[in-house]
Amino acid sequence: MSDTIVDENFKAPEPERVGEERGSFTRIAQELVFTVDHKKLGLMYIGSGLLFFVVAGLMATMMRMQLAFPNGKLLEPDVFNRLFTMHGTAMVFLVGMPIIFGFANYLIPLMIGTRDMAFPRLNAFGFWVFFFSGLLLYFSYLAGPGLYAAGSAPDVGWFAYSPLTAKAFSRGHSTDYWTLSLLMGGIGSIATAINIIVTTLCLRCKGMTLGRLPLFVWMFLVVAFLVIIAMPPLSACQIMLILDRYLDAKFFDTQAGGSAVLWQHFFWIFGHPEVYILMLPGFAVASEVIPVFSRKPIFGYPIMVAATLMIAFISLSVWAHHMFTVGMTSLGNTFFAISTMIIAIPTGIKIFNWLGTMYGGKIRFDLPMIFCIGFLFQFLIAGLTGVMLSVAPFDWQLSDSYFVVAHFHYVLIGGLLYTIFAGIYYWYPKAFGRMPSKKLGHWHFWLFTIGFHLTFGPQHIAGILGMPRRIFTYEEGRGWEVWNLLSSIGVLIQIPGILCFVINLIYSYFKGKKSGDDPWDAWTLEWSTTSPPPEYNFANLPEVKSRRPLWDLKHPEDPDWKFE
Amino acid sequence: MSAEHLHAGEPAHMINDPSGTGSPWRLPSQRKAGMICLIVTESALFTIFVVAYLFYMGRSLNGPYPGEVLEFPWLGSIALFSSSATIFLAEIMLRRVNRFGFLLWWGLTIALGAYFIYFTGTEWMHLIYGKNLTISTNVFGSTFYALVGLHLSHVFIGLFLLSTVWLLTLLGKIPQDHHEHIEMVSWYWHFVDAIWLVVVTVVYFISVRY
Repeated sequence: MSDTIVDENFKAPEPERVGEERGSFTRIAQELVFTVDHKKLGLMYIGSGLLFFVVAGLMATMMRMQLAFPNGKLLEPDVFNRLFTMHGTAMVFLVGMPIIFGFANYLIPLMIGTRDMAFPRLNAFGFWVFFFSGLLLYFSYLAGPGLYAAGSAPDVGWFAYSPLTAKAFSRGHSTDYWTLSLLMGGIGSIATAINIIVTTLCLRCKGMTLGRLPLFVWMFLVVAFLVIIAMPPLSACQIMLILDRYLDAKFFDTQAGGSAVLWQHFFWIFGHPEVYILMLPGFAVASEVIPVFSRKPIFGYPIMVAATLMIAFISLSVWAHHMFTVGMTSLGNTFFAISTMIIAIPTGIKIFNWLGTMYGGKIRFDLPMIFCIGFLFQFLIAGLTGVMLSVAPFDWQLSDSYFVVAHFHYVLIGGLLYTIFAGIYYWYPKAFGRMPSKKLGHWHFWLFTIGFHLTFGPQHIAGILGMPRRIFTYEEGRGWEVWNLLSSIGVLIQIPGILCFVINLIYSYFKGKKSGDDPWDAWTLEWSTTSPPPEYNFANLPEVKSRRPLWDLKHPEDPDWKFE
Repeated sequence: MSAEHLHAGEPAHMINDPSGTGSPWRLPSQRKAGMICLIVTESALFTIFVVAYLFYMGRSLNGPYPGEVLEFPWLGSIALFSSSATIFLAEIMLRRVNRFGFLLWWGLTIALGAYFIYFTGTEWMHLIYGKNLTISTNVFGSTFYALVGLHLSHVFIGLFLLSTVWLLTLLGKIPQDHHEHIEMVSWYWHFVDAIWLVVVTVVYFISVRY
């Protein structure tokens, strides 16, 4: 397209590799283990996240098959408990977190015009700690029984409410694997978050003021702040749990004056900001993709930043809306209901800003854009059910029902996963120099969208009809049969969709159309490098004068900085 | 600009100035930003343990209770708080390029930190063997050893960092212009001291009423 206009100064020559046997297994393995390059680590994060995604997705499939018909006989109840625990834990900590960190790693240095993260070795440390924490969690299937021959994988649910986790109720080592894995993963996340903050604040190229940061980088800066504030409560929980289980401490031992509710408070002080830690990166991708494919600058940049900060701030004071049924005081219920409703305001502002960006734009319905449009619709539904659940009396009826399951799957799949797909399709040409196949991508989009709505739409109704979450089976005649069957059929449509996605990634790597450096005619700095970017990103570090540096280069007659 | 320049304590923002024109594009120091982030995240960790301690005050179902067994750790606290002053003096010596003065005050800081650990050790010996208070005795024991122990582990880490700097300086491995690295270690040490102020207030002033 217009990549010839890009200033040659921004580009670096392709690095020549002389005397290296490229492609040999040991060579690749050595490169993966020793690398401190932010781009390689970013791809490793995303790759291992997708790997865990497939595993955890298959676990969900098994659960759905069990629930397709009443009185299902496919799985034993204890196996089912392990499946939903591992599915939830893996999807949050081993899929969501690494994939967003992968995006941050790969893109932030490129977007702010620098050569690597601020602390490259810390970066590698963060990745490997995360990766081994994931293996540790799954290792519990083999080693969980320990000497007691009890338990296997953790079966306490992803939020592991006390006293289920006490030694008396959770024998063997399954819960220990869960605890240690999360403690380790938390350390890795904090290390990476510190790296993101320092990189963003201290390594911006000349002219890249905070007011000119791409919104993607802004939102990740806020996410990183949330991580360093919200992750330590989780680590503290895990330390207390380890002390309880190994040294017989009394933190969560209700018979000795300990409190089971305190675990819930501490867990959700982490757990709710975590939802925004996962969602804001989704917003970040949408804020890059939607302007480029609407051919308009983002609508309301300062408001977007302000809304992000507001979301982060309010998200620290809404945690107890997960606990309305615990029996808090009326004052507590009211406070957390209202703060939860208020957080819908900045989120709504964002949706209107994206719509404002699209309004009057020349929209190109390429793969990243159709996933973002899907995201807008689905995230709206997720937000609306979220506001419904924030009403404490409504929540008393539907807490721990399938309505809640449907709600947060609309958030995390309809919201986050769709933007992750959009982001992968958008930056795939940058990372590999090849275009993803449009045909396979469309198959992916339609199969997955139909399957997704068929799976999780009916769960709203099953929940309203009273179906509790986490039951391994149900009897006939409760009116849940048809909704569960539809839900399970939906999974069978999602799977070929995901298959199209995986095949697309592999196929396009070898056979995809060459993309050139700037296939989408975009405006942020990462598109000024070659595809894939050289190891040092920029031969000469760029200097920017506006929020859309590449627009300025391509349109010297009408640059943005004249109007800022 | 050569690579040696960058390693010789060149301010971080200069890395962003490849043309070497020295224009006024200034960015915060990476080390300082990183250390501030670490302190923020550690503060969040301590907050949860402090909240747990406050929440469980007066909820122990059996003794010993804080008021019966805790004695104010005067000597330990004085040692730790004055180590903040000695490390401050060490930094002044560093800026004056007075290597001996630096080693003296820095070494004194290490000694005071080590004394704090010794003091806490004897206090715990007394509590465990004299008063039968262990981490599994009651919720007071659990929260007390967890909170004070978490702080103590940070003193250990700080002491390790301090000793490393001291030894490397003694061996002459740290160039005189590496101010910022050493300053970061002192920030961490000040943070450990500040946390002790919170811990000592909560544990030895407030909770002894229960």
